[in-house]
Amino acid sequence: MIKLEGLCRDFQVGDQVVHALDHIDLLIRQSEYVSIMGPSGSGKSTLLNILGLLDSPSAGNYWLDDISTASMNDDELASIRQKKIGFVFQSFHLVPRMNAMENIELPMVLAGVLPADRRDKVAAALERVGLTKRADHRPDQLSGGERQRVAIARAIVMQPMILLADEPTGNLDSQSGKEIVDLMEELNNQGLTLIVVTHDPAIGNRAQRMVRMEDGRIKTDIQ
Amino acid sequence: MISADLIRFTLSSARAHRLRSGLTALGIGIGVTAVVLLTSIGEGLQQYLLREFTQFGTNIISVSPGKASTFGGSMAASFNSTRPLSLGDAEALSRVPFVTHSVGTVQGNAEVEGNGRSRRTMVSGTGPYMPRVWLFAVALGEFLPADEESAPRPFVVLGSKVRDELFGTANPLGERIRVGGSRFRVIGVMESKGTVLGFDMDDAVYIPVLRAFELFNKDGLVDISVLYEESASAEEVVAGIRRMMITRHGGEDFTITTQQQMLDVLGSVLNIVTIAVAGLGGISLLVGGVGIFTIMTIAVRERTSEIGLLRSLGAVRRDVRDIFLGESIMLAALGGVGGVIFGGLIVETTKILVPALPLSYSIPFAIAAETVAILIGLLAGVLPARKAANLDPVDALRTE
Ligand SMILES: Nc1ncnc2c1ncn2[C@@H]1O[C@H](COP(=O)(O)OP(=O)(O)OP(=O)(O)O)[C@@H](O)[C@H]1O
Ligand SMILES: [Mg+2]
Repeated sequence: MIKLEGLCRDFQVGDQVVHALDHIDLLIRQSEYVSIMGPSGSGKSTLLNILGLLDSPSAGNYWLDDISTASMNDDELASIRQKKIGFVFQSFHLVPRMNAMENIELPMVLAGVLPADRRDKVAAALERVGLTKRADHRPDQLSGGERQRVAIARAIVMQPMILLADEPTGNLDSQSGKEIVDLMEELNNQGLTLIVVTHDPAIGNRAQRMVRMEDGRIKTDIQ
Repeated sequence: MISADLIRFTLSSARAHRLRSGLTALGIGIGVTAVVLLTSIGEGLQQYLLREFTQFGTNIISVSPGKASTFGGSMAASFNSTRPLSLGDAEALSRVPFVTHSVGTVQGNAEVEGNGRSRRTMVSGTGPYMPRVWLFAVALGEFLPADEESAPRPFVVLGSKVRDELFGTANPLGERIRVGGSRFRVIGVMESKGTVLGFDMDDAVYIPVLRAFELFNKDGLVDISVLYEESASAEEVVAGIRRMMITRHGGEDFTITTQQQMLDVLGSVLNIVTIAVAGLGGISLLVGGVGIFTIMTIAVRERTSEIGLLRSLGAVRRDVRDIFLGESIMLAALGGVGGVIFGGLIVETTKILVPALPLSYSIPFAIAAETVAILIGLLAGVLPARKAANLDPVDALRTE
């Protein structure tokens, strides 16, 4: 489903070029559970951003569902992000002025889904992450673990195929971190492709497939 | 994104910074209030002056000596070839088709003495049909008699103020007074008409034209006013008057002004004044626009990570632009509505408290002010919204 070939991402910093990603080849199939680990600056986030179509490669190819992403324009990329990809961030990225329900609703609002068609899906997503009782709480009225669960509900409300998580437990204590990983694994069991970037070996080692990066390259790829 | 959601979204972000949004909208609100107030004064003034003018009725045509190409500044051109307007001219004009009455007038100031008192006042030499032409009724006695214009007896009709000053509550009819040293007999008192265009109609006495010629040693009228049938067209009557006058004078050494022309000129002058004054108010709107620009620039910076999030959730640049543009327009529109209402309240309360002030709340100008406010919101939002739309989503997400 995801196919990377000779993928590079360079950054120009002053008169120096940083090779954040250096000829990456990678194949990820539907419903896989992949963890990406590696030292700081090895290119994990850069890779995730490109997989999520937030960033584009300097060289190489990225096929998503057998379609090359290179030729897509801004609107097409956005539309794929909307329909096929869910993001979970380390710092949750909830909109502070909106309650849990409104945050979860946001992708559908942006997609132009009518309010009547949103209600049930939001309720289902809330239910799925076990926060039905917190629906009208704003982020500052929720614990860290609850916030991340709202973020996960938001990421899955459009029923994407891929969930991309960049250090999803980085801001959480180990107990709530474990609950978040449990939740994402359940979603993976139901068919969602799960790609998690993490520093924490205890979390990374739970994945069926562990990719280790160094200096913008894939060092090991253990199934 | 459907528009109801866009509105809800912008409202929610404006509400998140209540005070700040309020102050920003206030900037526009003050501008709109200023426009509303200033244009209300302009409109009020306009209506006041139109009312003053139309007191006389609108089917009046005035002929004055001297040729002027446009309204105003007559008598200046071709002075030497100008023949004075005579009573004969006035009488002849009353025979022009559709003309019902004509009144020749000459004016001056003189001392009026009577009942042991005296007062310096305006003396108007006028014709017997003046009350009809100027819609100015006699309150007591009668006006100058009609059939003796060529050899008028020394009769005088008093303005109500002159009557009060000289006679108080006593009956002045039949009393003898002196006007500029000559003896006149009081035969009537006019009703009170008040000031018209700063001209106190009540502080005057009215005597026959020929008597006024003698008194002021003049031989020409300053004005012949002609009243015509309402059903007739002004152009037709004007043409008739012009023909008659040219026949009598052998050339066009006079100026014809219709009431409608005067109203038109007055109206357009006042429109310019009102628009200029609205422009002044517009400057404060501009200041409000700068406020919106500043706040929106700050908002884009503060909400950078939110912009990144929206992009990650599938928003295109256009959506981001619309969100910030929408917020900017909404702040301006809400401030504008506040200004329209607040300005209206001020105008209405002032009208109650100080009825003498000529104020008139103009709905077209209020709508125009609101439209301009919205346009300013749009303009002020363009740059910040474009900046937001052009942010790189990865960079934006990294910003805390
Ligand atoms: N916008 C950018 N401009 C310049 N250099 C960048 C940019 N983004 C990333 N880099 C560089 O690319 C390299 C990889 O960055 P990346 O964020 O992918 O690392 P990472 O593996 O996610 O690290 P961490 O574990 O600390 O999050 C780093 O050397 C970083 O400095
Ligand atoms: Mg990273």
